[in-house]
Amino acid sequence: MGDVTGLRLEGVAREYVPGQPVLDGIDLDIPPGEFVTVVGASGSGKSTLLCLIAGLARPTRGRVLLDGQEVLGPGPDRGMAFQTASLYPWRSVARNVAFGLEALGVPKAVRAERVAWLLEEVGLSRYASVLPGRLSGGQQQRVSIARALACQPRVLLLDEPFGALDVQTKEDMQLFIRQIWQDVGTTVVMVTHDVEEAVFLGQRVLVLSSDPGRISQDITVDLPEPRTLEVRRSAEFLALRARVEDLVRAEHRAHQARV
Amino acid sequence: MTDLMTRPEIPAVTPRRVKLLKTEVSRRTAWILRAASVLVPLAAWWALSVSGLVEDTFLPSPPEVWTAGLEMAESGDLPADVLASLGRIGAGFGLAVLIAVPLGFAMGTLGWAQPLLEPVIGILRYLPASAFIPLLIIWVGIGEASKIALLVLGVVFFNTLMTADAVRQVPTRLLEVSAILGAGRGRVAARVVFPYALPGILDAMRVNAAAAWNFVVVAELIAATSGLGYRITRAQRFLQTDRIFAILIVIGLIGLTIDITLRLLRARVGRWAT
Repeated sequence: MGDVTGLRLEGVAREYVPGQPVLDGIDLDIPPGEFVTVVGASGSGKSTLLCLIAGLARPTRGRVLLDGQEVLGPGPDRGMAFQTASLYPWRSVARNVAFGLEALGVPKAVRAERVAWLLEEVGLSRYASVLPGRLSGGQQQRVSIARALACQPRVLLLDEPFGALDVQTKEDMQLFIRQIWQDVGTTVVMVTHDVEEAVFLGQRVLVLSSDPGRISQDITVDLPEPRTLEVRRSAEFLALRARVEDLVRAEHRAHQARV
Repeated sequence: MTDLMTRPEIPAVTPRRVKLLKTEVSRRTAWILRAASVLVPLAAWWALSVSGLVEDTFLPSPPEVWTAGLEMAESGDLPADVLASLGRIGAGFGLAVLIAVPLGFAMGTLGWAQPLLEPVIGILRYLPASAFIPLLIIWVGIGEASKIALLVLGVVFFNTLMTADAVRQVPTRLLEVSAILGAGRGRVAARVVFPYALPGILDAMRVNAAAAWNFVVVAELIAATSGLGYRITRAQRFLQTDRIFAILIVIGLIGLTIDITLRLLRARVGRWAT
């Protein structure tokens, strides 16, 4: 019974070129509501991992299961946001957020209510009727996250969502995504190349190795909740960050030595 | 010390003032230039026609052309011809767009449609449509059908390939996002690909409308009993160069109107892109 809920990856491998797996032997259990971050050197298959969970790619071997059901393709039970906000530029902010609800056939009145709530949640209510081109990078990313959350996904997948933002905005967005996660209660799997971000946000940090990508470390982050900017200056945080940085660096060096 | 490589250095240069290749002019200057662009050739034509250097039969003066135009307009010939030509472009170009847009859409989205259609259309578009006139007359006669067919042939292949290009511009990421949001292929085609590609599709139509307008006149030069091209051949028979000039100006103005209309439509539809 307890086995069936949450996200589970069983012996997952993915090859783009036969015989050269990008990911191999991934076994992973993520209980509902957990905030997991994934770090790893470039080429470790971080993004591929998210694509497999999203159903944009199928594993070459193994299975991805969500609440006991095999993932066979993309669908609204998993929301996703990318580094580029990828909004529909001709649709207003509100209609961007509504896209998934329209596809789901949610009645107009319910849709409007849900969109209004989401925009309130991401602090963009007054931009509801504005085209995305008018928004800043951080605001666009908020819309993209609101859009991903519209259909109440069981898992929110984030692929380096703050990678293109300036430092200040990035910090705001980190606190923002934490807040959203607490309000919505969905599982979050976030890929990032920023170790500080991974340790600050995750309840659990997965470190991936390269060629092939495997989970080399699965670290539970025991930092006080809620995560505030003070947590970031604590000795425990700094120690943990240094530890993860060393792990990622070691993987990177090993990868460099092989190529 | 001596076996160390010396650091290569270049002789001192005095920096030269350089300018950017692209230059801008003020709005006022731009308007003056725009006016000159039309008025200078007009003045040159006028001066040449009244100078006596060229015989009047070859180069009528602007007032003569104006009078000839008014005559044709008053007799009702010119409006009828304009309507006939516009009817043909409406039918021929309209048909071409109706074929080209779905075909181009398919080529830009469906993996198998591209390799299936691209080679044959790539060849067909290099066959000059005008060279098909004799064939078309043999196939469908000298009536309206051959003129419409010429228009379609002249435009449809280019318009298909350009539509396919516009459709291919849609970022893959946007398609992925849409699938993750639960939108099926039909919804993605109608609600994502089409709106994204529409400005590009209209651009393609604008370019091809100009070509279509050319082909109307060509078709009417061959075998027709109405239309602006037909009116030109009539005028030629009686050496009425003033009439030919008047018709050419009308053709130019109608072309310009079509272009501006599509441009405005494009600006309206593509507001989000700016």
